[in-house]
Amino acid sequence: MDHSPNPSHPEKVYFFGTCVVDLFFPAAGLAGIKLLQAAGLEVIFPQGQSCCGQPAYNSGFLDEARAVAWSQIKLFSKDYPVILPSGSCAGMMKKHYPSLFRGRPEQAEAEDFAARVYELTQFLVDVLDMKFDDLGEPTKVTWHPSCHSMREMGVGDQPKSLLRQLSKVELVELPRERECCGFGGTFSVRQPEVSAAMVTDKIDAIAETGAEMVVSGDCGCLLNIGGALEKAESRAHPKHIAEFLWERTHGRR
Amino acid sequence: MAAAEFRDAATRALADPQLRANFRRAMDGLMTKRAAMFADRDEWTALRSLGAAVRARSLLQLPELLERLEAKLTENGVHVHWAETVDQGNAIFKQILSRHDATRLVKGKSMVSEEIGLNHALEADGIEVIEADLGEYIIQLDHEKPSHIIMPAIHKNKQQIARLFSQKIKDAAYTEDVDRLTGLARQVLRRKFAEADAGVSGVNVAVAETGTLVLVENEGNGRMCTTIPKLHIAVMGLEKVVERLEEVPPVLSLLTRSATAQPITTYVNMITGPRRPGEKDGPEEVHLVILDNGRSRVFADPQLRNTLRCIRCGACMNHCPVYTRVGGHAYPGVYPGPIGKILTPQILGMDVAGDLPHASSLCNACVEVCPVEIPIASLLVRLRGEAIRPEPGAVKGAGSHADPTEAWTWRGWALAYRVPALYRLTTFLLTRFGWALPGRMPLLKEWTSVRSRPRFASQTLHELARREKVSNQ
Ligand code: SF4
Repeated sequence: MDHSPNPSHPEKVYFFGTCVVDLFFPAAGLAGIKLLQAAGLEVIFPQGQSCCGQPAYNSGFLDEARAVAWSQIKLFSKDYPVILPSGSCAGMMKKHYPSLFRGRPEQAEAEDFAARVYELTQFLVDVLDMKFDDLGEPTKVTWHPSCHSMREMGVGDQPKSLLRQLSKVELVELPRERECCGFGGTFSVRQPEVSAAMVTDKIDAIAETGAEMVVSGDCGCLLNIGGALEKAESRAHPKHIAEFLWERTHGRR
Repeated sequence: MAAAEFRDAATRALADPQLRANFRRAMDGLMTKRAAMFADRDEWTALRSLGAAVRARSLLQLPELLERLEAKLTENGVHVHWAETVDQGNAIFKQILSRHDATRLVKGKSMVSEEIGLNHALEADGIEVIEADLGEYIIQLDHEKPSHIIMPAIHKNKQQIARLFSQKIKDAAYTEDVDRLTGLARQVLRRKFAEADAGVSGVNVAVAETGTLVLVENEGNGRMCTTIPKLHIAVMGLEKVVERLEEVPPVLSLLTRSATAQPITTYVNMITGPRRPGEKDGPEEVHLVILDNGRSRVFADPQLRNTLRCIRCGACMNHCPVYTRVGGHAYPGVYPGPIGKILTPQILGMDVAGDLPHASSLCNACVEVCPVEIPIASLLVRLRGEAIRPEPGAVKGAGSHADPTEAWTWRGWALAYRVPALYRLTTFLLTRFGWALPGRMPLLKEWTSVRSRPRFASQTLHELARREKVSNQ
């Protein structure tokens, strides 16, 4: 892998792993860190980090969300970009932190923090312009864009452009790819029937593509879709894009 | 309670393959057609900002605009009535109708008339109300409520309508031919128009400076309802006003393109008053009933006020993954889909519909298409908070869903996630012993209905990062 030197490259970045990655997909988080390191960046992973606060926020418990959010902001105080392997948690920090702290003494700091937040693929493409050489076996994958990556973070073609760089990866478009997979955090257990119908439609669409893997940038979706794929004994497997990229370009480690 | 009501109704709807297929097909079609209407992204962005600004500005001066509207309408010869509640709205209708001995009504499409339950109230007094909009006519025959604010009978397919007509319309032979079905309805309705003592209509936009009531429609029934009978009564929510006539075109353009993917509807009615001396048609008397029904309270809160920007285009429901699967009848109140999820709890009260804001995955598909930029997802989150706040607040019935157990759970969560040592302990325990959580415990049970159990990793990312010597600060 090589990357063209870009004058606006920062030298150091923060990595915010997210709680879902921490508990369920740590390999995806580590792969994200390694991709950034491979681009020559020093990655800082503050060990005090936990969660962006979105679960409490979306449940209407704003004081609790604010307390956790503030404890995170304090850990990322230097002027480095903050990279997240999740469009949803990035959206929470970038879009909702400013309103969460509006009119409070912490406002300026929260806004400064929010302005430094990036979703991983956005950062890899827009800032680092990373190039990859594919070392893997031929395979067929489909991409699931998460709702918040698209609609809160404005992630567009970046992840797919990364996948298209991989010469032996055939990328098949997922039918109705912009439709929610039905996760929605607490939604999946507060409205389990509707959520189940949504994820069932999603895995049917995945099956239709014939892909071996459904790649996504959000572990909430992967937890949901992956669980449904497994229960349905589908041949397709879930994979976070960071882990997928790392494995294809640096082998399994 | 509405929460359980929605969940139960949604579950029933999900089990109905015909209904799901009808909605999926219809919504897919509407989404594709709308996307083609706004293919020019720059034009969409510019028009949308304009539309949002018009609506936001109108709301900013709402009380003043309503006064001006009333003055201008009165000057034009229109009688204006204010209804604070649903009951007052119906009472006003009854008074006007009884003064005219009117017992037969034709009614164009109006969601506000649904909101006050007008048909029901009038029929109880022996007044006949015939829905003149084809979709509304269909569901009236089947004693249903609208399943969509623009296409009220969208839940039915052609065969279902054919069966209904052959059973309910006198001497109608069974046919699945759409033109002949429409012809059947037209035959009935024509006669009703001619016989009607009064016509009822909704209002899409009311213009304060000119006292104009704007009404868009495609079937001509709106025009008939507002011109043939001697008496015309229009009804609208108090948020429908804009200041100037020149503000109407952007709003209409956004409305019709978002709703039915039409650059403009077949009929655009602009009503400024009753028939004037020497004019050949038009009603002799025109009334406007302006309904509050909780809107003043919505208006009073600067954030919630954004709810009132809505121009009732239906795009949010057409794009909603929940609505697409369960249809409009699953929702309590008369407004289904995302707009219903923010409006209904505010109108009916959180005590009645306080869990409705949770019937959303917060996917933001509605936010993306709303032509007046209503931050629907943020309002859903705000209302979720209103439902569980410890004390009453801005919204009717706020705090009615406060649950000490839930509150303590989140307090505990915040503590564990704020204090690194506690977080480390929590994640350590989950990664090591999470497998032992009983599969029948709440949440896990719901989750595993169609998914396998989530498996905790054996080590957290924190541990992997330490192992790999990733710097800590
Ligand atoms: S909320 Fe927006 S999208 Fe939904 S009906 Fe109202 S204006 Fe249309």
